[in-house]
Amino acid sequence: MSLTQVKHIVLVLSGKGGVGKSSVTTQLALSLSLAGHSVGVLDIDLTGPSIPRMFAIEDEKVTQTPGGWLPITVHNGDAAAGIGSLRVMSLGFLLPRRGDAVVWRGPKKTAMVRQFLTDVFWGETDYLLIDTPPGTSDEHISLVETLLKDTTPEQLAGAVVVTTPQAVATADVKKELNFCAKTGVRVLGVVENMSGFVCPNCSECTHIFMKGGGRVMADDFDVKFLGSVPIDPQFLMMIETGRRPRYPAGTLVNGEDMSAPAGATDGPDAGSEVREPGLLVEKYQSCSLAPVFKTITADVITAVQQALTAS
Amino acid sequence: MAPSLEEPDRVEDVIAHPLKQKPTLVAPEPEHCPGPESEQAGAADSCAGCPNQAICASAPKGPDPDIPIIAARLAGVKHKILVVSGKGGVGKSTFTSLLAHAFAINPDNSVGVMDTDICGPSIPKMMGVESETLHVSGAGMSPVYVMDNLGVVSIQFMLPNRDDAIIWRGPKKNGLIKQFLKDVDWGDLDFLLVDTPPGTSDEHLSVNAFLKESGIDGAVVVTTPQEVSLLDVRKEIDFCRKAGIRVLGLVENMSMFVCPKCDHASEIFRATTGGGRGLAEEMGIPFLGAVPIDPRIAMACDYGESFFDSFPDSPACKALKGVVSSLADQIGLDPRDVLPEQ
Repeated sequence: MSLTQVKHIVLVLSGKGGVGKSSVTTQLALSLSLAGHSVGVLDIDLTGPSIPRMFAIEDEKVTQTPGGWLPITVHNGDAAAGIGSLRVMSLGFLLPRRGDAVVWRGPKKTAMVRQFLTDVFWGETDYLLIDTPPGTSDEHISLVETLLKDTTPEQLAGAVVVTTPQAVATADVKKELNFCAKTGVRVLGVVENMSGFVCPNCSECTHIFMKGGGRVMADDFDVKFLGSVPIDPQFLMMIETGRRPRYPAGTLVNGEDMSAPAGATDGPDAGSEVREPGLLVEKYQSCSLAPVFKTITADVITAVQQALTAS
Repeated sequence: MAPSLEEPDRVEDVIAHPLKQKPTLVAPEPEHCPGPESEQAGAADSCAGCPNQAICASAPKGPDPDIPIIAARLAGVKHKILVVSGKGGVGKSTFTSLLAHAFAINPDNSVGVMDTDICGPSIPKMMGVESETLHVSGAGMSPVYVMDNLGVVSIQFMLPNRDDAIIWRGPKKNGLIKQFLKDVDWGDLDFLLVDTPPGTSDEHLSVNAFLKESGIDGAVVVTTPQEVSLLDVRKEIDFCRKAGIRVLGLVENMSMFVCPKCDHASEIFRATTGGGRGLAEEMGIPFLGAVPIDPRIAMACDYGESFFDSFPDSPACKALKGVVSSLADQIGLDPRDVLPEQ
């Protein structure tokens, strides 16, 4: 059984599409790795896998071994630097061409999800994050069914639910919270993504998708609110082009100066296709969202521990 | 049995036989079996004495008998347009509701919106009719009317509580979509807009299978500019091609953000690979236009107002009007009839 050596399984869920499940999964994984934990990421969004793109490993292919499929290694653990290993599995690695449509009905998706849960050789892993497609349908039912059957309650830590602030999104995400309640999946907390955009020119914060909806929803459903994550185009640039995030002088995040140190080179142009050298996990430390996710991740770890003692 | 990854089902096969399923057999198929899915299943000479005979004989045969009923029901609908995207949260529902409002500006048009996003219906909230319910009469279910000439059907209208989760597997979702097409009394419509969930799965196959006979004008594909989104949208266009659905064009949503304080334009979802325009050129489909981010669109959606009525002079509204006229052009209508100057 591929999950026996996995300590904690955390689902990343949202009823709504495009709210940032995959980018939240990515950042949780990077932050957990930075905190010294070994991390696995399983992407079960079968018809629209985004995780390979997020980690810039789109061209990788999965290898088959007697122990199961081997996940793709993003980086190895480095005990000296206090960084845990990070490995990824996604349907994207199994497709012959990246533009191909995966036109699958429910039963086929169910079989695939089960196979992903049973046949991937994770080995010893502290945290397995499972990124899901939007909705409450075949993939989710199969996922929760299989996890409830094949893992211990100590392993299945719970779910991080992602939303954006506007009511149109929370309306769908509330359905997901009810899904968790019905299926007995613990909700570790709610993350509000895309809450506000700070103009790089005048530092005015605009609430593009309104504000505060995530906290109100968390209060309504009596679950923990983990925090709001603003929109940072530099994060997106880092994902898309591999460019290290750079901020104008004087940028403060939670009182910490995020601007580039004096004398630092400017690096390639924003439009350049050349990836800067260095691991994603190192570049991410220069991103303004890293401190935000450090707090969120610490809260998630605490929630997981609390769940452990409770169960 | 585990599915083989090297040889996934060919997309063409899935599309050609969208709803047909081999009945579950109790014994292996005998020699000279006509095939459990065939017309003669259970009735051929070789079926005599086969333990599967009763199962095969009772399995539904041939094309879905409901498809002609759907075709008859929708005979009075002039244009059927799908709104699709492989990616979630790019603005399919927002665009569908804006398009519906745009078509409905002309009082001579009648417009219907069918929300096939079963697990995350957004249309009712955006149209401001979230707490309505469907009424059933002798002629069938009546859509919920937002305006005299704009009717909406969604699963949201059938839920006892607003936040109920709809935990359904594929076949149940297909059943509901069929019901929406077969039992809803749409009447004579100029436009039927079909909003879809993200992805390329049950809902899409069903909508395509059920509407094929009555004719789909085509699909409008919605995307945002960044490659993470284009990646999934490319798959959706591939699906439309293989399913024989004409792509009417691509709309790029959330393309620019102009700071309300200093008018500085930011590319929030930066188009590092050419954005929607680049993808449209790459795939050889029409590019209908780019709509900028406007926080007032999100607000109008939350409050269920028509963005066209509330902020007619905003740049986003002008861009949307441009998209609507290019779309009208694509389906062979005079843009001036669809969107009369006010």
